[in-house]
Amino acid sequence: MDTLYLVFQQTMFFTIPLLLVALGGMFSERSGIINIALEGIMIMGAFTSILFINLTQDKLSGQVQLLLAILIAAGTGIIFSLLHAFASINMKADQTISGTALNLFAPAFAIFVARRIGGTQQVQFKNTFRIESVPVLGNIPVIGDLFFKNTYITTYIGLAILVISVVVIYHTRFGLRLRACGEHPQAADSVGINVYKMQYAGVIISGALGGLGGLVFVVPTSTNFNATVAGYGFLALAVLIFGQWHPVKILGAAFFFGLMKTVAASYSAIPVLATSGIPSYIYKMIPYIATLIVLIFTSKNSQAPKAEGIPYDKGQR
Amino acid sequence: MKRKRDSIGFLSSLFAIVVGLLVGFLILLVSNPSQAGAGFWTIITGPLTHGSKGVGQVFYYATPIILTGLSVGFAFKTGLFNIGSSGQFIMGAFAAVVVGIKGEALGGAHWVVALLAAILAGAIWGAIPGLVKAYFNVNEVIACIMTNYIGMYLVNYLVSTNKGLYDKIHNYSKSVAETANIPKMGLDKIFEGSSVNGGFFIAVIAAVLIYLLLNKTTFGYELKAAGFNKDASKYAGMNEKRNIVLSMAIAGALSGLAGALLYLAGSGKHIEIQDVLAGEGFTGISVALLGLSNPLGILLAGIFIAYITAGGFYLQLLNFSTEIIDIIIAVIIYFSAFSLFVRVVITRMQKKKEEARTAEKGGKK
Repeated sequence: MDTLYLVFQQTMFFTIPLLLVALGGMFSERSGIINIALEGIMIMGAFTSILFINLTQDKLSGQVQLLLAILIAAGTGIIFSLLHAFASINMKADQTISGTALNLFAPAFAIFVARRIGGTQQVQFKNTFRIESVPVLGNIPVIGDLFFKNTYITTYIGLAILVISVVVIYHTRFGLRLRACGEHPQAADSVGINVYKMQYAGVIISGALGGLGGLVFVVPTSTNFNATVAGYGFLALAVLIFGQWHPVKILGAAFFFGLMKTVAASYSAIPVLATSGIPSYIYKMIPYIATLIVLIFTSKNSQAPKAEGIPYDKGQR
Repeated sequence: MKRKRDSIGFLSSLFAIVVGLLVGFLILLVSNPSQAGAGFWTIITGPLTHGSKGVGQVFYYATPIILTGLSVGFAFKTGLFNIGSSGQFIMGAFAAVVVGIKGEALGGAHWVVALLAAILAGAIWGAIPGLVKAYFNVNEVIACIMTNYIGMYLVNYLVSTNKGLYDKIHNYSKSVAETANIPKMGLDKIFEGSSVNGGFFIAVIAAVLIYLLLNKTTFGYELKAAGFNKDASKYAGMNEKRNIVLSMAIAGALSGLAGALLYLAGSGKHIEIQDVLAGEGFTGISVALLGLSNPLGILLAGIFIAYITAGGFYLQLLNFSTEIIDIIIAVIIYFSAFSLFVRVVITRMQKKKEEARTAEKGGKK
């Protein structure tokens, strides 16, 4: 039973950042803008917020520091994503090119600044954020062990954002308008929706969630930030497609990925797998092979927003 | 008309390069004002200040990224985004290294067989995203990203578990046989002391071949047609599924060849067992974008990016980290995405000029 709890808790550490970033990607793509820059946005968000933690270590600690870091991560993500919004919406640039540029920029920038400030490219931080057991809730049998022990406040924030996303996308005027812009911007425009504004909103939300996802990825899995989020931004894109641009399905996809990643990272601690004699590389490959296979079976009826990736031009009908 | 479009494309690339270098200069200025001027001068002229060796190194760095650039650019021309160059590159490198270690009996043909093996391995790895795209409608970007990681882990697995290939002490692949290294073809005489070799000529030939394929053959025309308008090309009776698979296979073959040219360069390169994707694949995206997916443009863009990367190495002498070059390249790519904007500005300027001219004429009457 203990192993099961351990695996589940570990899985959440991998699932939540994927969930957040894929939800961010969903908002952007639902508005019609492909955001391949999620990887770069994650790196920038993680970088500034971890740097903040590093610099305020003497004065702050615990949940207050983490909450401030969350705000900084989201803010950084927003600012950085504005570059993508400007290129794709105002300049009508190819969205993949602009995204690729941001992905190139982020790690280089993070390393350059980290070297300038601290001399090395790693940014160390003290992890004072882990919650051993949530008061009261942690004592509930089974559920307490699964959800309320060895956890981080970010897990709950992530799940809250999922609920908010479902409400916003499907039950608000804003969500309806956002989806209209991704499906048929001309039609949306004809009924008085400002397409450019909605697309900016979509990209900005993806920036906030992407930046936050970067921080949430680094905190539980490491004690230093080395200008990389290990391809999680790209994985989040796969999760987004796997989840068919639908928030709840995205959670399922993120959880599947998180579980596979956990198996790959900690198979030696899982007795059944440790004695099986399968080399670790096989476990490392499984998430990617599995994704490819699942996509083969699900992509025939792709639910992708119809107008995504096409710069909106008012003059075009 | 076509020439006009090309020249505007060239101008927008130039505009992007100028902005990129300016941003680089600004960053140098902010981080260390006293050295900024010297640093910027090093980026621009660094590779030229070390004699023929420095110039030779530029061509050496350029060789693999010209090919990964061709790989990405060729796929772009056919309407596909090959972000999987990195995985194809390492699969090609692996095939080349295996033949390079085991195939000593091949004698003089050794390096040629190794290159062919790499081309084949890359083509197979590129064909996978092509197949799932053509037959199962899987987005090629995601499929490519998956094959990148699968390829990297697969190569790490195959090398590290095979005693004949694995150098356990250094945690990388064993050295290839002397006969597997690509001949220097006289380049070592011209650029003494540098690692440049015949691989550069192979890269140039590949660029010319891809140019001919795209512009002078029916097959290339079909592939491009699919890139311009998938539905129209299907309506015209072209086998769109087959074309997608072949496009990706050719793109993969070019990346695979890139891997072989780097690891058979005779410069002491080994496949390192690390969980890191090959950077050459991603640099290829930059090269293709800057070269406007035109094979000859890619040749120039590859040399340009190799040139400023080499400049970045010398920059370390002034205590700047080499990442400044990556930042400059990123800014260049970002602004090269604005080509539409540059085009609008230029055509507007031309229109104004013409209007002014006709107005002048009218006045004289």
